[in-house]
Amino acid sequence: MSALNIKKGSSAHSAYDLKNPNADVHEAHTLTVTVDNEAGVLARVIGLFSGRGYNIESLTVAEINEEYHTSRITIVTTGTPQVIEQIKAQLGRIVPVHSVHDLTVEGPYLERELALFKVAGTGDKRVEALRLADIFRANVVDSTLESFVFEMTGTSEKIDAFADLMRPLGLIETARTGVAAMARGA
Amino acid sequence: MKRQMSGAKMIIQALKDQGVDVVFGYPGGAVLPIYDEIFQQNDIRHILVRHEQAAVHAAEGYARSTGKPGVVLVTSGPGATNAVTGMTDALLDSIPLVILTGQVPTFMIGNDAFQEADTVGITRPCTKHNWLVKDTDKLAEIIHEGFHIATSGRPGPVLIDVPKDVQFADGTYVPPKKVDTSRYQPQIKGDIKAITALVEMMEKAERPILYTGGGVINSGPAASQLLRELADASGIPVTSTLMGLGAYPASGKNWLGMLGMHGLYEANLAMHGCDLMICVGARFDDRITGRVEDFSPHSKKAHIDIDPSSINKVVHTDVPIVGDIGHVLEDLLKIWKSRGRKVNKPAIGKWWKQIEEWRAVNCLAYKQEGKIIKPQYALERLEALTKGMDRYITTEVGQHQMWAAQFLGFDEPNRLMTSGGLGTMGYGHPSSLGVQLAHPDALVINIAGEGSWLMNMQEMGTAVQYRLPAKQFILNNERLGMVRQWQELLHGERYSATWQEALPDFVKLAESFGAKGIRCSDPADLDDAIMEMIKHDGPVIFDCLVEKHENCFPMIPSGSPHNEMLMGDAETQGVIGNTGAVLV
Ligand SMILES: Cc1ncc(C[n+]2csc(CCOP(=O)(O)OP(=O)(O)O)c2C)c(N)n1
Ligand SMILES: [Mg+2]
Repeated sequence: MSALNIKKGSSAHSAYDLKNPNADVHEAHTLTVTVDNEAGVLARVIGLFSGRGYNIESLTVAEINEEYHTSRITIVTTGTPQVIEQIKAQLGRIVPVHSVHDLTVEGPYLERELALFKVAGTGDKRVEALRLADIFRANVVDSTLESFVFEMTGTSEKIDAFADLMRPLGLIETARTGVAAMARGA
Repeated sequence: MKRQMSGAKMIIQALKDQGVDVVFGYPGGAVLPIYDEIFQQNDIRHILVRHEQAAVHAAEGYARSTGKPGVVLVTSGPGATNAVTGMTDALLDSIPLVILTGQVPTFMIGNDAFQEADTVGITRPCTKHNWLVKDTDKLAEIIHEGFHIATSGRPGPVLIDVPKDVQFADGTYVPPKKVDTSRYQPQIKGDIKAITALVEMMEKAERPILYTGGGVINSGPAASQLLRELADASGIPVTSTLMGLGAYPASGKNWLGMLGMHGLYEANLAMHGCDLMICVGARFDDRITGRVEDFSPHSKKAHIDIDPSSINKVVHTDVPIVGDIGHVLEDLLKIWKSRGRKVNKPAIGKWWKQIEEWRAVNCLAYKQEGKIIKPQYALERLEALTKGMDRYITTEVGQHQMWAAQFLGFDEPNRLMTSGGLGTMGYGHPSSLGVQLAHPDALVINIAGEGSWLMNMQEMGTAVQYRLPAKQFILNNERLGMVRQWQELLHGERYSATWQEALPDFVKLAESFGAKGIRCSDPADLDDAIMEMIKHDGPVIFDCLVEKHENCFPMIPSGSPHNEMLMGDAETQGVIGNTGAVLV
């Protein structure tokens, strides 16, 4: 009962056509969200991501302004461009959210993460771990005769690379803070 | 002026200062101080419902039919959890509500105290915003901010959870004017450049259409007025979602009828074939778009919405306009007029010709013959017999709801209260009571299915106690008809659990509550029976026994595009593909 004989899939403005040929390529975006530091605000943000099926690669939060009780949440998320736009719009709807910035599209920016690595071992492996830590500018913040704890700040990629090197050398424990990020310049 | 008072008193004072005249609620241990204050005053009327879900739906009916926020008061634990369905319903349909819940005392929170539930945790995803108030000094401010948030921007339900010790303790009352609402100020005015771009497209469009939704009604009466002016002056055809019915009058010359899954053939084909779609306060819901890839493939789309997250969520928009519908339409009309009120008249004339051809299909045709009442016929008669009356309609959810949208005409906004987004069976009955409270002299009719109606049938008690003469018009097919229809079309006629045995005798049921019951099974008696219902000064249950196997058409099966519509039983076999079967 089709009165209009329009060919299926002929030009369109559906959301599906927003996608480029590599449509399913998920982009990683780093978002910074300024919120009122009130009870439940983090739960609102996390609930939004889980409720709507968005990804969280990393999330950090801390109060940044004591006087006004505002906190900054840094989220690294992945999704198609359309999903990223939705995430920003949905974050903007949360009442205690003051601002949402997508650092990935807004210009050059810095990303830093802090990590602690516990590496256990003796002999050559121990020496090699220490040597690599030096190259990566990781600090030794704890040491025993059988172990080191290295502290390191850097981009997530640098921390990943260091972790990869430490694994065969006796890496037994890792703690990472997740990404904190900021636009360059003023 | 600063005043000390108890938290419970403060709640009543804040409600009064917000202009609240009625609260729908149900008492319990954690709200006793508030009920004590209610007892000692006469400005705010408390309506005792029979179930907390009904309190929320009643408040929704009140809100939807007045444009004012609805207020709910329930106790902690089960009181709050019972209200969750209503909150979710209000969230999806953008209905402004302020819900007050009692909570165990602050010093007992987290101890699994009697009737403790993590109410703010449970309701975070089903409210626009919520608060747990831990300090009486903050209570008034939070209530006033709650009203502000519930009613501004895209409206929605807010919840304020008040521990019992906070209700007892004294604190300082802050009046509404002293409350800072600056942190929540949604954008009202649309971007003039974008509006001008839309006007330019309007001037040239050959096959334009206005696709309107609940946002027009939420924006207030001025928005509906402006929509009418725009449509009538430009000649652009208008269709609407279920939530938007009445914004443009059903009797208006540009009216195409509702669109979507059970929308009219002409409305859906016009959406499919248009070259300019102007979406006004609607959100491209899946009941509207059908298969998104094939949704209106040849059109440029403009979208006016107060909620930026609705834009580009489902469908790519060429001209996004964030703002309040009323304000944007006002600017749009101003700009369009100042540029000489241009439209592509010859093309639009042709467009209308095409639409008339579609309309000639007469997609709502049905056959009323023999001794059995067709549900469509019952609604057609109800429409004819109540036309011109000061009438408000609520509905339950199912086939009857879609038939109501197809066969009843709404000439004014705020006249149809229905659960659109959540599709909540049990919504209509309590909602009709909320509407009747707000409009004591109006004729309020709940178009119900027997299945849905039983979900909140206990509210007959509320209707009788408060002498609310709302009419319960049950299209009784002794089936969960809408589900049965899907089983017929999608699941090989295997009618799994869609036949309710042991239905009550609705006439006796009405009488047992002290209301009037009417049964009608013969088309010949229908008019008289409906008139008897209308004339009765009091609540009525009307048990209208209808054809049990009627299907609701047109129907766009899930996963199909607008131009693949099912028009009647003859064409339905094997039409629905398997991909559609997994969609709801
Ligand atoms: C609370 C709830 N449960 C289940 C459903 C699924 N559902 C949608 S329509 C329907 C049947 C409704 O039956 P009835 O109220 O008799 O209306 P009819 O379709 O027969 O007109 C059901 C079960 C729902 N929408 N809401
Ligand atoms: Mg039924």
